[in-house]
Amino acid sequence: MSEITLVQGVCAGLDTALREDPRVVVLGEDVGKNGGVFRATEGLWEKFGEERVIDTPLAESGIVGAAIGMAVNGLLPVAEIQFMGFIYPAFEQIISHAARLRQRTQGQHPASLVIRAPYGGGIRAPELHSDSTESLFVHTPGLKVVVPSTPYDAKGLLLAAIRDPDPVIFLEPMKIYRSMRQEVPDGWYEVSFGQARKVCTGEDVTLISWGAMVPVAEQAARAASDEGVSCEVIDLRSLYPLDMEAVIDSVKKTGRAVIIHEAPKTAGLGAELASRIHEEAFLWMESPVERVTGYDVPVPMFALEDAFRPSVERVGAAVQKVMNF
Amino acid sequence: MLKSMDKMDFKVVLPEGRLTDEGRCVWKELSREKKLDFYRWMVQVRQFDRRSILLQRQGRIGTYAPMAGQEAAQVGSALALSKEDWIFPSYREVGVNMVAGIPLKQILLHWMGRVEGNRFPEGSRVLPPYVPIATQLPQAMGAAWAAKMKKEPSVAVAYFGDGATSEGDFHEALNFAGVFRLPVIFFCQNNQYAISTPFRRQSAVPTVAERAAAYHIPGIRVDGNDVVAVHIAMEQAVSRGKQGEGATLIEAVTYRHGAHTTADDATRYREAEEVEEWVRNRDPIHRLEVLLKAEGLLTDADIRDWEEASRQVVEHAVKEAESVPAPAADHLFAHVYEKMPLDLIKQKRDV
Repeated sequence: MSEITLVQGVCAGLDTALREDPRVVVLGEDVGKNGGVFRATEGLWEKFGEERVIDTPLAESGIVGAAIGMAVNGLLPVAEIQFMGFIYPAFEQIISHAARLRQRTQGQHPASLVIRAPYGGGIRAPELHSDSTESLFVHTPGLKVVVPSTPYDAKGLLLAAIRDPDPVIFLEPMKIYRSMRQEVPDGWYEVSFGQARKVCTGEDVTLISWGAMVPVAEQAARAASDEGVSCEVIDLRSLYPLDMEAVIDSVKKTGRAVIIHEAPKTAGLGAELASRIHEEAFLWMESPVERVTGYDVPVPMFALEDAFRPSVERVGAAVQKVMNF
Repeated sequence: MLKSMDKMDFKVVLPEGRLTDEGRCVWKELSREKKLDFYRWMVQVRQFDRRSILLQRQGRIGTYAPMAGQEAAQVGSALALSKEDWIFPSYREVGVNMVAGIPLKQILLHWMGRVEGNRFPEGSRVLPPYVPIATQLPQAMGAAWAAKMKKEPSVAVAYFGDGATSEGDFHEALNFAGVFRLPVIFFCQNNQYAISTPFRRQSAVPTVAERAAAYHIPGIRVDGNDVVAVHIAMEQAVSRGKQGEGATLIEAVTYRHGAHTTADDATRYREAEEVEEWVRNRDPIHRLEVLLKAEGLLTDADIRDWEEASRQVVEHAVKEAESVPAPAADHLFAHVYEKMPLDLIKQKRDV
């Protein structure tokens, strides 16, 4: 056991996988000698060599396309896209191929690979570095999409992703890469997909979020509790498959739901969650579902990112709204 | 030999069925069986292609991409591969797929809109047709990379057309292949048109092969209608790959006799005289037929017999494909994930 940050959890997961499974390779821009621009692959190149921790040319489609070919030919590649905002050149490889090879070949040539990408805002990054377009991938059948919000989950979800037979988009909330430390076991352990984490229990409102919005939801829950409102906070962890059972059970108990995500509102994952709550828990609801999200504008340059990203205050206002409906 | 091919068009059999000086040495090294194999496969492929167009006209298969005219490029190259080699084809590669052992029934099922047609015999290393242009190139490069890491004696081949050379994936794949010296072969059938767009609109550089220099890999330009030249070029590329010498770009210059697909009208963008020239004077099968007859390896009776045998093979496959029962609606859900997620199980119940 050691106490580490989320980004170190990612690195520890890669380390464990590279050590225990010779089929695992890590590839991407600056992942080798430099140890990754966020140090998510620090020390791996020295330990496992340049043939397994591969510095590639600067070409996202080439990286993901290569990873698909490697997967088809029996390796377990973990490709890094340096920022989610740069994933779009690889979009065709992901959407038309990684997601569909299993189905198109009727199980003959599945692409078991992991694509890691730091995502979201909040770190004053340069323009076009801070996208949060997880819905594009959740909307694509054949993919799984997971997002850790703790160091423990970062390592456990990543190891589960590497062993998962389907292609996994693994999104890392860079805002909280180093914001907390947690005891994380040594060696291989997995956090199963499709299982949400109950961050805290409550009776009045369910706050549903993932990634860097989980700490925002937690703070909002603490603030609400000072005013006598008891919030249950759910960290989805797995955006596809979704743990709807955990969501519905909680909402049936509280009768109120606030969904918090960084991505723009329209057709964000919050819309799907609200719809599912409506379909499956309508008669238990005390108020309509509220969404606290990024606005339907391009992710701004950092001078305005705090105005764009959901804040504790905005979540607090939504909690008040569902309580006073 | 490769070096000498770098800068010129490599030819063995001239359009009129005569051997070039260079070709005579190559030809006498080939076994009788090999020479006849080239011919028989090309005839078989053409019979299948003709029948497929008719099947489309009769509404028995969907839109089909004819390949007549490109038999030499496909057969000559595919015959240089072995079963440990990976093939990442585009949608015009029925000839490659046939030579690589994909049953005609499967190929037909694909064109009948049946996803089951994409599943090939156990152990097959042929991927289903890649429809978005050039996307197979980085994947072939990745498969070759894995082979290199695993020290497997195999190459991966990406088949594509001239239009694909304009895509970013072409550049990315060749660049990686050059940097990491990967055992991948980029096999371009330059049939000179991407639907209606002529090659001079794809590229200011007059040939595909010379682009290889930008990636520090050999680029070979062959007469793509000369099955022997194609075969020799491919054999050398395979051998380079398997000996750890890295990637090769092959440009096989050819021409599709027909339209881009059965939904296309090629008379809108190609001059009749040009088509006539390629069909009458540069046909890949005709030149080999002339040569084999002149060498006493083939008679008119052999030709009739083989054409008839080929027709029967195709007819049998059509019957087989058409007798496969229609898929159940819930086959939609098969193989989307290895294990069906709960949400999909629920949706499947609604079908």
